[in-house]
Amino acid sequence: MTAITVRGLRKTYADKAAVDSLDLDIGAGECFALLGPNGAGKTTTVEILEGFRARDAGEVSVLGVDPGSAGLAWRDRVGIVLQSSTGLDLLTPREVLRSTAKAYRRPRDIDEVIDATGLTEKADDRVGRLSGGQRRRLDVALGIIGSPEVLFLDEPTTGFDPQARRDFWSLISSLSSDGTTVLLTTHYLDEAEHLADRVGVIAGGRLLALDTPSALGGRSEHEAVVSWDEGGERHQVSTATPTAEVARLAERLGAEVPGLTISRPSLEDIYLSLIAPHLTQEVAS
Amino acid sequence: MNTLNLGLDRAILELRKYFREKDQVFFSFLFPIMLLVLFSTVFGDQFKGSGTTAGQFFLPGMVSAGILLTSFQSMALTVATERDDGTLRRLRGTPTPPTAYFLGKVGLVAVTSLLQMAVLLTLAHFAYDVPMPNSAARWGTFLWVFGLGVFCGTVLGIAYSSLATSARSATAAVIGPVMILQFISGVYFAFRDIPTWLQQVASVFPLKWVAQGMRSVFLPESMASEEMAGVWELGRVALVLGAWAIAGLVLCLTTFRWTKRGSD
Repeated sequence: MTAITVRGLRKTYADKAAVDSLDLDIGAGECFALLGPNGAGKTTTVEILEGFRARDAGEVSVLGVDPGSAGLAWRDRVGIVLQSSTGLDLLTPREVLRSTAKAYRRPRDIDEVIDATGLTEKADDRVGRLSGGQRRRLDVALGIIGSPEVLFLDEPTTGFDPQARRDFWSLISSLSSDGTTVLLTTHYLDEAEHLADRVGVIAGGRLLALDTPSALGGRSEHEAVVSWDEGGERHQVSTATPTAEVARLAERLGAEVPGLTISRPSLEDIYLSLIAPHLTQEVAS
Repeated sequence: MNTLNLGLDRAILELRKYFREKDQVFFSFLFPIMLLVLFSTVFGDQFKGSGTTAGQFFLPGMVSAGILLTSFQSMALTVATERDDGTLRRLRGTPTPPTAYFLGKVGLVAVTSLLQMAVLLTLAHFAYDVPMPNSAARWGTFLWVFGLGVFCGTVLGIAYSSLATSARSATAAVIGPVMILQFISGVYFAFRDIPTWLQQVASVFPLKWVAQGMRSVFLPESMASEEMAGVWELGRVALVLGAWAIAGLVLCLTTFRWTKRGSD
């Protein structure tokens, strides 16, 4: 079962293609992260899928419906967390959530959502007095209040402190394990690595790589680097068989290997090498 | 939850927002009330022996200004702001029917303008001894002029909001014309004192006709002779306001957009 299908998607602004021949399939219940630098086409893609933006070419389907012509029954099944929303300053989170919940056929319990998004203490304060991170959590609360089957999250944790980000991750993980399909755009590679079943890297409007976070860009096939301390010096060796290397070291050094680490290229290393050609291109043009 | 219930719920939310916003409360709700107090006090002596009082003379104008501010100005400003700050976009992303959104606005304007009228009339009657309409016919005129005026202001305000490209530009684009319109429509001083060409400009817009209709409600019959035509012309008031109401509704429905221009 696919929840989201994209075929040959194209969107141009004044002759410049923001999204170009993009193909994508996201399965029902999957958590998918779209990664890319600023201006890569992430937000344009997501806004087309949300039904906010018209496309120039291609086929798009979300829950079997074309978002460009979808009605309120489709809106009832889709949750959207926009990049930023203001205009709620004079109301309280509880008032906004209660009013929004009424539009949905199967709304979540308001107190539960307030609790899950960590807004319990601020539920009756004016939104204008919330911090940036608290407002962002309200945006998320508004996105999930209608028990959506598909949830769009556009850079959801920008401006979060580390603890708030961890709390947010466990919230999304629990939604995901309940069967909600999640499409997330993010700048943070640790976020994608933590949450996503699969990651797509997009730059210049094109999909450059698509895989699980651990296999992206041949990451799992890269040689591992084993490092340790010996004779007051740091040693390291690149190997395709790190387990055997460690066993040899343990035997030779006769006990715990001091300062032992085994590392593969991080998702960030892979990501940066993928988008590097596109960044220089942008600077050149 | 049907559309009507959602509309009612939105109206309550809109009212909460309105009365928490001090600028709105001051510049649309309290403004005509304060001007009535100010004018009745400042010009009180000038009306001695004229057969009317300052309070009675200014009340129809303040009633008309109130209608303009709580409907047209309030709608044009808030809808432009909501389009700019993403409120409309967020609503568009939920299964809220557009009709429920508009019903919320109608509810907001209905409650604020009725409340404002109640305060204005009570204050005029009890503080400045302004006689209230003494016949069912005059009350009837008050109701239809008020109703048509508020309806025109609401739909035209929502349509007008589409002209603004941002919330900031909306403030300038709305407040300026609204001020000028009040001055040339006989709201702040007698319409006959305005140059003929300006009277003709004002006659194109609904406010002049609302003010004229309200004068027929609150001023003595003898003062009809001071009107442009020498009579209250209620038939023409109904005709012009009716035409604007229909034109406004069509404009509102055809020009309404959920997002800022250039964002699709």
